[in-house]
Amino acid sequence: MRLSRREVLAVGVGGVALTLIAPGAHASELDDVVAKFTGGAAVGSGGVTVTAPEIAENGNTVPVTVEAPGAVAILLLAPSNPTPAVCTFTFGPAAGSQKAATRIRLAKTQDVTAIAKMADGKFVKAVATVKVTVGGCGG
Amino acid sequence: MADTVIPRVKVPATAKAGAVFTIKTLINHPMVTGLTKDKDGKPIPREIINRFTCDFNGANVIDVALDPAVSANPYFEFDAKIDKAGDFTFTWYDDNGQTYTDKKSIALG
Repeated sequence: MRLSRREVLAVGVGGVALTLIAPGAHASELDDVVAKFTGGAAVGSGGVTVTAPEIAENGNTVPVTVEAPGAVAILLLAPSNPTPAVCTFTFGPAAGSQKAATRIRLAKTQDVTAIAKMADGKFVKAVATVKVTVGGCGG
Repeated sequence: MADTVIPRVKVPATAKAGAVFTIKTLINHPMVTGLTKDKDGKPIPREIINRFTCDFNGANVIDVALDPAVSANPYFEFDAKIDKAGDFTFTWYDDNGQTYTDKKSIALG
């Protein structure tokens, strides 16, 4: 099959359009996860920290620590993963501090995000950029 | 798979009243994301630990909701404080309906 120059251009433009649509669809899933956690409230900054390595050679296990003194719950997000939600920590009355560490999967280089729900009902967020050498989401 | 799931928990034997100490937990579990395919191209169904809780004498310490982005063999490290001796109860909830539990006693010291 021979393609004319016009057809080649049309296919190219279509491809670009598809890649532009794809992240948009993904962003809405991220918005859904955030909206479910915050209930649509505005998210400020400060009072929460995310600690993650600058470069993660293996995206399958990236150690991440989140801390937010005075928080009720912390939502951890990996915005560029196939499913952006990572986990939600809810702290109970017997907690010694509002701090938790775990290991997460990252598909590619991205800003790992933590959103904390404070005791006064405010929401704050922090990000940590992690460069991923080998992605960890299989497929 | 599920019969080999063994929770491991590290809690100090004693703690001072009101002092903050760290608890570490690990459970071996593949955390199948549901995004991978087998060699015939069929998707492998999701099977993850979807919730982990830690309680001390009935009071909650931490309650974690997990999504597939948590690594295989989920590891958690968090802080607790106590004002009397008692038991920590750790529970992991699997997608397949099973729960895995572990218990650790702690004394005042």
